[in-house]
Amino acid sequence: MAKMTLEQLRKLREEKKGDMVKRDVEGKSVQIIVGMGTCGIAAGAKQSFDEIVKAVDEYKLSGDVIIRQTGCMGLCHVEPTVEVVMPGMPATIYGRVDAATARDIVVKHVVGKTLVENHIYDRPAVDIVKK
Amino acid sequence: MAYKNFILVCGGTGCESSRADDIYKELIASAEALGVKDDVQIVKTGCFGFCEKGPIVKVLPSESFYVEVKPEDAREIIAEQVVKGREVTRLLYKDDRQKDRIKVEDIQFYQKQFRIVLRNCGVINPENIDEYIARDGYAALEKVLSSMKPDDVIEQLKVSGLRGRGGAGFPTWRKWMFSKGVQSDQKYVVCNADEGDPGAYMDRSTIEGDPHSVIEAMTICGYTVGSTKGFVYIRAEYPLAIERLKIALKQAREYGLLGDDILGTGFSFDIEIRLGAGAFVCGEETALLQSIEGNRGMPIPRPPFPAVKGLWGKPTIINNVETWANIPVIITKGADWFAKIGTETSKGTKVFALTGKVNNSGLVEVPMGTTLREIIFDIGGGIKGGKKFKGAQTGGPSGGIITEEFLDTPIDYESLTALGSMMGSGGLIVMDEDDCMVDVSRFYMEFCVDESCGKCSPCRIGTNQMHALLVKITKGQGTLEDLEKLEKIGLAMKKAALCGLGQTAPNPTLATIKRFRDEYVEHIVDRKCRAGKCKDLVVYSIDKDKCIGCGLCARKCPVNCISGDKTQKFTIDASKCIKCGECFKACKFSAVVKK
Repeated sequence: MAKMTLEQLRKLREEKKGDMVKRDVEGKSVQIIVGMGTCGIAAGAKQSFDEIVKAVDEYKLSGDVIIRQTGCMGLCHVEPTVEVVMPGMPATIYGRVDAATARDIVVKHVVGKTLVENHIYDRPAVDIVKK
Repeated sequence: MAYKNFILVCGGTGCESSRADDIYKELIASAEALGVKDDVQIVKTGCFGFCEKGPIVKVLPSESFYVEVKPEDAREIIAEQVVKGREVTRLLYKDDRQKDRIKVEDIQFYQKQFRIVLRNCGVINPENIDEYIARDGYAALEKVLSSMKPDDVIEQLKVSGLRGRGGAGFPTWRKWMFSKGVQSDQKYVVCNADEGDPGAYMDRSTIEGDPHSVIEAMTICGYTVGSTKGFVYIRAEYPLAIERLKIALKQAREYGLLGDDILGTGFSFDIEIRLGAGAFVCGEETALLQSIEGNRGMPIPRPPFPAVKGLWGKPTIINNVETWANIPVIITKGADWFAKIGTETSKGTKVFALTGKVNNSGLVEVPMGTTLREIIFDIGGGIKGGKKFKGAQTGGPSGGIITEEFLDTPIDYESLTALGSMMGSGGLIVMDEDDCMVDVSRFYMEFCVDESCGKCSPCRIGTNQMHALLVKITKGQGTLEDLEKLEKIGLAMKKAALCGLGQTAPNPTLATIKRFRDEYVEHIVDRKCRAGKCKDLVVYSIDKDKCIGCGLCARKCPVNCISGDKTQKFTIDASKCIKCGECFKACKFSAVVKK
């Protein structure tokens, strides 16, 4: 994108805000968000990320699923963390997501629409921006 | 088939012990009995924190948060919530104090954390500027450039009450005002990302998770004080943070949010990255500026303060990462909003890196005025392995240790200083009964000996002398006069050292001598370390009554000083023992005794 003016920045924000609210990126309705701070990566987030990519491919979900990265959520004791946001399911944060659990998340949560036991954690605080 | 409701039962160890398992079973049985088992999925989760109010049950999507749930409540939860769609009000979490503390948000929420600095961490993709923009990113810059004069920005900061998060807590607006008031052809804006306290990593996580918040804030500062040039001084040991910062800078330039003629307003500002080589002293602002200039990182006496005479002799605003990350929110949400959070003297929130002997370690951001007990027990889920809390170290090598009796003190800059500790950058290390306070002091002093730049003698010689005395005590060769010497040297350093490093290096030792004097005396007089950390004072032996003669300890012993057989039981030859503790760890019958 070329350099913006104040007006263009405002427009872009409104546009992107809409995208975030829809939680619908590039026409895909399911978002799998992997925490990729130093802490997450050290705990194995890259392996989990790869496993998610593999499972998404195997189940031919790549038309619906977008896999994103984010920074540290602060849940260091349960890294790596993965959040799943999709229609019909509550937004869920999973912790201690090793490769096997990563696969479970795709198979059980995304495909089967059931939560994966024993790995659910809580977002630590309300979102001040959303309000 | 899809579930309409999800019931999450906390499966942390705390809740397990308070019958979470029974609740789980009862919920499943009730769902079956009431014929709704296909409408609701009941799952066990990881620990939600909040163990003192456990067991916790959370229902989604309504976000109902139930505390102190009993198995008898299960049927009501199913009948009311799943069948009728109503919350069970009597089980909902209520916290009256919370309401007072954060008047700004009128929703009732149960979390103790409140995230301003970390608002985007774990939410946005830090490598995509659009996501930052979508979450009100660069809205503060836009507001400042289009509708605020520099004095308005300073006024907002003043009303907000924001103070520097790097440690000392100097009011940010005042710093900016000093700099703005000086006439100069060039001024500089610097971000201190040279995070070096052992156990602290909030600045790294902030840059890794939300680099644009720092860039936006520095640009606002440039506009306010009249500077066109900024530097981020970040340690080279943070490769991912550096990478993300580089990407962010590039994207900001492409969008016209950095560089010449920002957003078509005529204002120009750009930021360069400078890598630090990992010297702790370079977190001290004058040493940091020296390092940016290409000199050896050593502090110089203040005044003049950098705000007046800093980089290359020009007025320089230097704030740390966390301080910067607060600023865009203060501008977009308003100074009054910010000023409602926190205590009388300390506004806003503080990020702590909660580590050590605590169940849920992590980055936590809480309103100023939160107590240590809330941080350690509610958010942190209490002490690992059910052990006893001994102390919490705040402020790293510059701080002190807070003991149990002060757990309920609301934390802010003033209260921590009054307790002989300090806010510091926000490392918070929890210690339990297995930690030896003399050993902890020795560790921090060793760190300071390594990191002292050597420029001034109080620090260079003082840290070495104090370290030698502490080593002597941990070896069981100390005398009571050594305690007096430690205090004397410590006080002299506080008064005479050139910079913050030297002035605060004695703090951990002085604080522990004050609060744990008996432990020091025990090391000196009884030659005993109750935590068993000081190797020279520990003696291992085998309790013959408990020993079953399996010989595992003897097989593990690296120096073969354990002998015996099945009938006679085993003994340790103390003269050969190197006190590695392998036998102690190996014994399954607690027959190896550490004294």
